[in-house]
Amino acid sequence: MAVDTNKPSSANWWKWFDPRARDVGTWAFILNRITALGLTLYLFLHLVVLSTLAQGPQAYESFLNLIKNPIYTFGELLVVIAGIYHGLNGIRIGWTTFFKGAPIQKQILYVVLVVALIFIIFFAIRMFTT
Amino acid sequence: MSTNWNITLRINRQKGQNAPHFDDFTLEVHPDEYLLDAIERVWAYHDRSLVFAHACHHSTCGACGMRVNGVEKLTCITPIHEVTKDGGIVKIEPMRNFPVISDLVVDLSSLYARMEMVGHRAVLPLSEEPAKIGVARVVHAPDDDYLRLSDCIECGLCISACPIATTTSDYLGPAILAGAQQHGLNGDENLLSLVDCVNGVWRCHHAFECNEACPSFVDPGTKIMELRNAVIVARIKSLFASGK
Repeated sequence: MAVDTNKPSSANWWKWFDPRARDVGTWAFILNRITALGLTLYLFLHLVVLSTLAQGPQAYESFLNLIKNPIYTFGELLVVIAGIYHGLNGIRIGWTTFFKGAPIQKQILYVVLVVALIFIIFFAIRMFTT
Repeated sequence: MSTNWNITLRINRQKGQNAPHFDDFTLEVHPDEYLLDAIERVWAYHDRSLVFAHACHHSTCGACGMRVNGVEKLTCITPIHEVTKDGGIVKIEPMRNFPVISDLVVDLSSLYARMEMVGHRAVLPLSEEPAKIGVARVVHAPDDDYLRLSDCIECGLCISACPIATTTSDYLGPAILAGAQQHGLNGDENLLSLVDCVNGVWRCHHAFECNEACPSFVDPGTKIMELRNAVIVARIKSLFASGK
């Protein structure tokens, strides 16, 4: 009689985020999930921020003054990083699915990471210097 | 390498409904020996109650799939020096995503049943082999050296490695979808419905752990992508056919 401790279960969802003993394809998968969750969270935060408009110009102005703090700029950079990676990895996924990219998915990932890094550095410099 | 090593095998033990635990077995091995040989020695000289599956010892039967230090391996072709060093510890666990029968043996009946369901044939004749060269060539071997046919040996390692299969048993899984791709849709509506659904080809999330785990060069992840394209083509064809 087989026991059930090793069977698939939705309670194992956290294992999606466990990179131990996994290959780079799973790391890309994990990053994709994390950035998706981050971007979804940002969407809600964005809507909350926009709702301050309903409280009048003064409330919105005071909020804009608050986010001039470098900590908020760093938070915005995280959003940019998430958007860049998630978008570029989406191209990788489309390539592997529809354009015979599966056998070279690792190489495509490395290209994605290099291109993402270039964009991230560009935006980081722009955001912290202007 | 000629000198022997002392290594410790940390083996998962699980009997009946008891909670799993690990037992350590220290033994002298040759680093070029295969891991399955060491496991057999544990059974022969240390603990006759150890349960593990094995048969051919040359990666054809697919019986000895296990997790070695967390990674899916066919232990009969995994040299000890690849997974540890002298004085090291090798953690050996059963495959994931299948019910454990005992110790290192899992119940693969769901895999076999589904393979049959998609019309998978255990061995393809070379004339029907979908790989361009018919056999998988060893990358670092001389030009005339071929490794083995790229047929699925139904070891289950790809399903064990798949992060999606960890969360749902409804997902058909890499081996089954690769089997369906090798079988070909061929206008088979039942097979098309089976693979073109939320638990079929569209459930794959491109982790490609199956390609890494496969000891038989089937590359199930790549096959799933090819099957996706075949499904789309079949659906477009059926769209026009129904419009006639």
